[in-house]
Amino acid sequence: MIRDITIGQYYPSDSIIHRLDPRVKLMGTLVYVLSLFIFRGVPGFLAVTAGLVFFIRCSKVPFGYMVKGLKAIAVILVITAAFNLFLTPGEPLVSFWKFKITQQGLKSAGFMVVRLAYLVLGSSVLTLATTPNQLTDGMEKSLRPLNKIGIPVHEVSMIMSIALRFIPILVEETDKIMKAQLARGADFESGNLIKRAKSMVPLLVPLFISAFRRANDLAMAMEARCYNGGAGRTKMKPLKYARRDGAAYLLIAGYFAAVLSLRIWL
Amino acid sequence: MNFIEARKLVHEYFRRDEEGNVEGILTALDGVDLQVKPGEFVAVLGHNGSGKSTLAKHLNVLLRASEGTLWIDGKDAMDEEYLWDIRRSAGMVFQNPDNQLIASVVEEDVAFGPENIGVPTDEIWKRVEKSLSSVGMLKYRAHSPNKLSGGQKQRVAIAGVMAMEPKCIVLDEPTAMLDPNGRREVLEAVETLNREKGVTVIFITHYMEEVIRADRVYVMDHGKVVMQGTPRQVFSQAEALKSYRLDVPQITLLAYELRKAGLDVPEGILTREELVESLCRLY
Repeated sequence: MIRDITIGQYYPSDSIIHRLDPRVKLMGTLVYVLSLFIFRGVPGFLAVTAGLVFFIRCSKVPFGYMVKGLKAIAVILVITAAFNLFLTPGEPLVSFWKFKITQQGLKSAGFMVVRLAYLVLGSSVLTLATTPNQLTDGMEKSLRPLNKIGIPVHEVSMIMSIALRFIPILVEETDKIMKAQLARGADFESGNLIKRAKSMVPLLVPLFISAFRRANDLAMAMEARCYNGGAGRTKMKPLKYARRDGAAYLLIAGYFAAVLSLRIWL
Repeated sequence: MNFIEARKLVHEYFRRDEEGNVEGILTALDGVDLQVKPGEFVAVLGHNGSGKSTLAKHLNVLLRASEGTLWIDGKDAMDEEYLWDIRRSAGMVFQNPDNQLIASVVEEDVAFGPENIGVPTDEIWKRVEKSLSSVGMLKYRAHSPNKLSGGQKQRVAIAGVMAMEPKCIVLDEPTAMLDPNGRREVLEAVETLNREKGVTVIFITHYMEEVIRADRVYVMDHGKVVMQGTPRQVFSQAEALKSYRLDVPQITLLAYELRKAGLDVPEGILTREELVESLCRLY
């Protein structure tokens, strides 16, 4: 049951987006998110829509697969829309009881929902088309300047990649502990929410203990293999820009310039 | 010169109460002498709590001795300066296969050690390929370690150590969590490395069947080396081994009992073939 969880929902394919350097994709996602918050009016909306459709097409991930990601934020979308709809002051279009819907409210609600939905869709292109390992590699490399202000970039990305490696192991372990306790008469399914949460405690304690033991073992194994931080390390698969990455950067810059100029001149 | 030279090695674990006062002292190693020549296959046998794992951790300088001297590859293990040199020349494989693989792809895990010691990228690729094929795991290079069996994971761990090109590899109960198939796989990989690449092997275990092909065997009990010699010399003393809570291999035990019952069977028989041969010679 619990083993069905998938994390880092990578969608394997050999599209151009999949083959891009993760740094380009991170940059692209950042620019795209920025563009979502600076576009204004219908022409801007059309521009970002065109951009999004283009990215999704390039990634060869089926659109239906991506829309699934929207379900998770449906509640947030509805709440945001409601707040914008009812609480924006201006010319009332419809009013009933204490509520009134204004023209401005309608407009800002519409744009807000579009922004959020596009945000999720756009960033899921990144996670669907990049393996978790590439993602951490790309992050380590593009965030390297932060090292200068004392942020341990290498260590953070090492932690992330180890976490990814251990998720399936810990999930399996949880399953094992659960079964062992079910076999001795534990009850995880019945009762109200609080009761069920309480029944999780005897599950979490052994899980935590074993996770700490694993962490200890792993640290020792890493030390035995001469790991002592990021300094002086080489890479088996260093990130290297290819020609297509340069082209992608240009495309991203072009896209951003277009959205920006639409905002300024229209 | 000996590759490993340990004299009167003592290691004490301190148990402290909440204020940090020493409540009790556990002497895990109590004056251990160990000499290993380059290219040797040395087995260290012992029951739980005999100090064999503590000894293994000293050989990789994961622990430092409270007393005594330890020289590895001509370098003083007590000297902070040689720490990384020693870890490079004496690699280590641990008991739990899951807790020592770092990356989520086999080949990247094997590359972890070379990456740490700053091997150039092209060289890493060569080493990864070489060490994976030396344990027969090359065709799994793109797999996730989570999909491998215990024996395969342990072979990947061995490849990960081999990729650092150490002179010696210390295996701390590498087979304890494996099924019989996995145990055989790992043992075969280790024996091949020792025979064909001349890697010094220190194999720590409590399964006596695994060490009949070792050059020398050390038996530990309560932090002391209580027996040492060739497998034949050690295994012939079945009574003594039993007193250290070790199970003598069945064949050796059978030969021992036959000998005690008055048959003229030679001492310290290790394999079934030997026993059959010596029994045939009797009649």
